[in-house]
Amino acid sequence: MKNKTFVLFGRLMKHILRSPDTIITVALIPIAMMLLFVFVLGGALKGSIPAGTNYATFLLPGILLMAIASGISYTAFRMFQDSQKGIFSRFNSMPISRSSALWGHVLTSLVSNIITVILIFLIGLLVGFRSSAGILNWVAVGGIIILFILALTWVAVIPGITASTMEGASAFSYPLIFLPFISSAFVPTETMPVVVKQFAEYQPVTPIVNTIRNLLAEQPVGNEIWIALAWCVGIMILAWIIAMRIYNRKAISS
Amino acid sequence: MEQSTAIEVDVAVLVKGILKSFEGPKGATNKVLKGVDFGVKRGEIFALLGSNGAGKTTIINILSTLMKSDGGTALVNNFDVAKEPGKVRQSISLTGQFAAVDDILTGRENLILIAKLRSVANPAKVADELLERFGLTEAANRRVSTYSGGMTRRLDIAMSLIGKPAVIFLDEPTTGLDPEGRHEVWKTIKELADGGTTILLTTHYLDEAEELADKMAILHGGTIIAQGSLGELKKLFPPAKVEYVEKQPSLEDIFLAIIGRKADLNASRNADPNAGTNTSSNVRSDTDQNANRKAGN
Repeated sequence: MKNKTFVLFGRLMKHILRSPDTIITVALIPIAMMLLFVFVLGGALKGSIPAGTNYATFLLPGILLMAIASGISYTAFRMFQDSQKGIFSRFNSMPISRSSALWGHVLTSLVSNIITVILIFLIGLLVGFRSSAGILNWVAVGGIIILFILALTWVAVIPGITASTMEGASAFSYPLIFLPFISSAFVPTETMPVVVKQFAEYQPVTPIVNTIRNLLAEQPVGNEIWIALAWCVGIMILAWIIAMRIYNRKAISS
Repeated sequence: MEQSTAIEVDVAVLVKGILKSFEGPKGATNKVLKGVDFGVKRGEIFALLGSNGAGKTTIINILSTLMKSDGGTALVNNFDVAKEPGKVRQSISLTGQFAAVDDILTGRENLILIAKLRSVANPAKVADELLERFGLTEAANRRVSTYSGGMTRRLDIAMSLIGKPAVIFLDEPTTGLDPEGRHEVWKTIKELADGGTTILLTTHYLDEAEELADKMAILHGGTIIAQGSLGELKKLFPPAKVEYVEKQPSLEDIFLAIIGRKADLNASRNADPNAGTNTSSNVRSDTDQNANRKAGN
């Protein structure tokens, strides 16, 4: 059983390059949100964020997570199409390892989301995002972002291979896209009513956003980096186990 | 013992007592296959006939290692599908019910993709040969989304040939195609069989089985209720009565005749600068032929 992940990755990257609108659509709403918050609401919100912080710099980590949450809905969509059209069946009846078809999609999801993230960083620079962080902090930021993409990608695999309608395959991502609103992504949680504040502080987005923000601002990350990593790795492993069980349920292992 | 092995060497697919049920709603089990037996000889076109929902696709899925059976044995190219799925996958190619082609890629890219997945030497050359053989050279660099149904199916079947699998499964190869597309695909399948490939196809079109298959089996109520060649199946019925029936062209004959003429017209118009005169004479001769046909009737 040969592993052909890279051949299948090449196929899916052609899809993305031939319909660049998928990357643009993914990035469009987060970028519009960024512009809205920086230029419309930013002035009014300035009082709530730590003094001397540029609002674009404060905002960017949350926008990144939002873009990733919307990006993985395309991962689910592409997998849904492959399973509906019998393309998974074709690959799985060929002498290649069964996991190749799945990993081809996971790798594509990772690369396309990284492209989106870079795009958002660049537009962030245009609207005032600045960071003086050193290479190590940037590597750490990159690592957390990659973990977050992989975690959500494996979440997306589940509807991707089980959904029976196109809407079902991508609707799961809507709550994920809006999760940053009830977190420290746009305003510090201190300003929220107690119940909302509790939710905001104990959901995964807040520690991830705070960790990325502090790494980029060269501030101490404290325990939050471990909480952020635990969320990412925990979601990834749980989703991976569920996805693999579903994927291998019917098949004959070899 | 010796005798039975000698027979099995000649057999490309052997199915014995295959069982399969699915969980229905409210925990009810739906027994789809209740002990299916049949065999396909090497180089044969074998049609599995049955109405929709009879379990034809389930059998194909079991034989192509996509689904586990609940009991019985199935051998493909002398490998047990449950015990040696890897070797089975090396021996087969599946062309599923819906053309599993990537319509964002071009026809050529689809072929190259499969050639790479099957680790075939020189994927580009293999792709070009198949494009030529299946009359897709002109459309090779167009996205598959622009192909007609018949072209898509032909590409689909071409993709199945890469790596020269011993057995090809075609699950309802012409469902959803227009008459022209069906004839294109039939022609393709006959050419394949002439090349010595074993073909197991499913269909619910009886004329398709009659047109293509050397042997056929009828799947009904979870078992094979009859199998053999068309001649053998015909013997199961009362002898034919001789009746005189006026031969009318079927709507399909008419449709194909008109479409065929149209294609000729276009071809001559493109080829010949003086097409105008040719066209009118073609049309006239058509009308004459039709008039003759009517007079004959």
